Amino acid sequence: MKAHRRNRLGLILFVSFGLTVTIGLTLYALSQNINMFFTPTQVAQGEVQSGQAFRIGGMVKEGSLVKNELDLVVRFTTTDFVSDVPIAYNETLGILPDLFREGQGIVAEGSVDAFGIFQATKVLAKHDENYMSPEVKAAMDAAKLLKSDESDLVNEDLIK
Amino acid sequence: MLPEIGHFSLILAFNLCVLLSLFPFVGSVKGDVVLMSLARPLTVGIFVFVAIAYLSLTAAFATDDFSVLYVAEHSNSLLPDRYKLTAVWGGHEGSFLLWIFMLSGWMLAVAQFSRSVPLDFLARVLSILGMLCVGYLLFLLATSNPFDRVVPLAPSDGADLNSALQDFGFIVHPPTLYMGYVGFSVVFAFAMAALLSGRLDSAWARWCRPWANVAWAILTLGLCLGSWWAYYELGWGGWWAWDPVENPPLITWLLGTALVHSLAVSEKRGAFKSWTVMLSILAFAGSLLGTFITRSGLLTSIHAFASDPDRGIFILGILVLSVGGGLLLYAVRSPLLKGGVGFELSSREMFLLTNNVLLVVAAASVLLGTLFPMIFQAVTGKLISIGPPYFNAIFIPLMIPLIFFMAVGPLSMWKSTSVRSMVNRLRRVAIISLAFGVGLPLLLTLEFDFWSIAGVGFALWISLSMISDFGNKIRKKSNFIKGMRGLSLSYYGMQLAHIGVAVMVAGIALTSSYSIEKSALLQRGESTDLGAFNFEIGAARPVSGQNFSGQEVSINVSKDNIFVTELLPQRRVYFASGTPSTEMAIDAGFLRDLFVTLGERKENGAWSMTLYVKPFVRWIWLGALFMVLGGLVSAADKRYRYLQESAEKKKESPETYRSEKIADVGI
Repeated sequence: MKAHRRNRLGLILFVSFGLTVTIGLTLYALSQNINMFFTPTQVAQGEVQSGQAFRIGGMVKEGSLVKNELDLVVRFTTTDFVSDVPIAYNETLGILPDLFREGQGIVAEGSVDAFGIFQATKVLAKHDENYMSPEVKAAMDAAKLLKSDESDLVNEDLIK
Repeated sequence: MLPEIGHFSLILAFNLCVLLSLFPFVGSVKGDVVLMSLARPLTVGIFVFVAIAYLSLTAAFATDDFSVLYVAEHSNSLLPDRYKLTAVWGGHEGSFLLWIFMLSGWMLAVAQFSRSVPLDFLARVLSILGMLCVGYLLFLLATSNPFDRVVPLAPSDGADLNSALQDFGFIVHPPTLYMGYVGFSVVFAFAMAALLSGRLDSAWARWCRPWANVAWAILTLGLCLGSWWAYYELGWGGWWAWDPVENPPLITWLLGTALVHSLAVSEKRGAFKSWTVMLSILAFAGSLLGTFITRSGLLTSIHAFASDPDRGIFILGILVLSVGGGLLLYAVRSPLLKGGVGFELSSREMFLLTNNVLLVVAAASVLLGTLFPMIFQAVTGKLISIGPPYFNAIFIPLMIPLIFFMAVGPLSMWKSTSVRSMVNRLRRVAIISLAFGVGLPLLLTLEFDFWSIAGVGFALWISLSMISDFGNKIRKKSNFIKGMRGLSLSYYGMQLAHIGVAVMVAGIALTSSYSIEKSALLQRGESTDLGAFNFEIGAARPVSGQNFSGQEVSINVSKDNIFVTELLPQRRVYFASGTPSTEMAIDAGFLRDLFVTLGERKENGAWSMTLYVKPFVRWIWLGALFMVLGGLVSAADKRYRYLQESAEKKKESPETYRSEKIADVGI
């Protein structure tokens, strides 16, 4: 084999080796870092294994927000207007976003504890108050479908 | 009246763009000089009319014309003037107009500063940019006209600009980012014109390089400003979140970085030409992908505009047509390209190839993580998200070899470089960086921390090798000043940009390792320790501004009982929207930042707050500024101007052109 061919072969082998390793590591890293998303209805129907970390999205139910006066624990209920899931969040993990309030769409990360309370490690609210995140929107749409299937009693105003 | 003039100007600009995309192009195919020379005046016309449209919209904001829907949605009579003038880009329609305005500005610059480029080539470049403009303007006029009126019942006041946007960062970040983004369209157009004309040689690379360097530098600045703004405004204490909308500019930046390096090989050695063209297409695709993701509402992000699927489909159409067209042209024409001269396994070409492979793989893995949730949802119907751990796990290991070779590459020779001479030249650098990299963090903190050691070590590795190379080059000359003057601007640009990377690497590693934070409920008179600092809570007092009111808490920070600074975080409520907003207080420093974000006030008077101490965080943006400067300095290299002079000389006597010598230093 001529020198430049040997060089080229070496180059190709080196690059393909590097690419294979990278692709392998990338896919591994990807599979390790997938956060599933569930709606409150899915959680209520027991689709989530206990202890599994996931994301939940919905509206903060009106009148459900309780902030303790002496510590930084915040409790509220998230809803897709079919099912409710209680959420607890400790603000020592970081102060809640400015846009967090009742009636606002939120996404929380965490897991459900033994008492059925979602212990959040992170709560995200959106920047733009007109904007509903695709995840929250999907939760609302799914709930809407479910409701119309079950009872034909869709309260459009509630969803809006 | 003004909004109608603006709307009308946009339509005129659209028509001119149609002309620009047709006539000069046909002219270049037919060799018709008259048609080709239409390119320049048409470009000027497009710029003028887009500018009129842009200024009309700005005027509508400045005069509180709430009969314009877009103004009513994004401004308010109480909004301070500086935000009224910039609220133009506070929403989808206006920001897209800004995007087009930037593109027309780049086109004008190409028309003005490319006197040395042959007319047929310039005609093609401007025509291709004109085609892009047709797509953008059609999109704006058809789906998102910023001049739509609310008649007959105009609201008496506007809804206000999103309070999170009312900040200095909003004034500077979007225009810079857009300018950088759009700059890659110019490089794309140069690549397409080269494929069409078959003139893909060193001269082409030299025409292209200054544009690529400037676009890259401005994109770097845009990213840097975005990161800095997010850091001080969003109050989560981070400078990068791997947010789906932060990622496309980063992907574009990584591809752009690869492109800037690959262009060097194309210019100097005539090699990697088809790869360079490919990178131009990819970097351009990255910039369109960014627009698509922000405007289609497909991904969850803090940046997303209120979404509308029709817009998404339209932008996807533009993306598929332009990038698809580019790739098709590439597939048809690139096999005709001849490869450059050969090179050995140990050569500067090889090191630059390594750089390119690593950067492109990094860009691809960020892209995968960004788009994966979308693909996953389309296939399984389940919603997922990919967290920062994925990006860190994949990005950091790719950056380590890149940083390693960053010190080696610039010292190597084109074509072939002996491994032994490289080892000899870098041995001392390696020993010193290892010694100080391990020693400094260990001595200062008395703790072993892998990442801070790696960060300091690599930062020294890059900067010392740069300095030693500079020293070597200077030493060959009789005196220092002569040596300094003997080096080209592009060499200084390379030095600056690489030292910028070193500064940034040190900043990232140190701030990630040593940052500390604490959220607590604190009352007046209470104090708390964080690291070496003591934070004492003082009195709260009311504050008010033109369009908000709120409260401010005084916090005294001391270290070893010596007063350091007083921090005054605020909690504001904006009148128009009623949204609460925190204004964090920062004491910025070269070695550390102290900052506080304020949460809510409890009934007993205590405030929830988060305190942060972030060492070396400023180095991240300082490093980025070095890179920006490096990009601009190297674009100003005289050999790009040389080309213009020599092109003029060429007309007179061919001999002088051939004897033209270009300093072969730097990349």
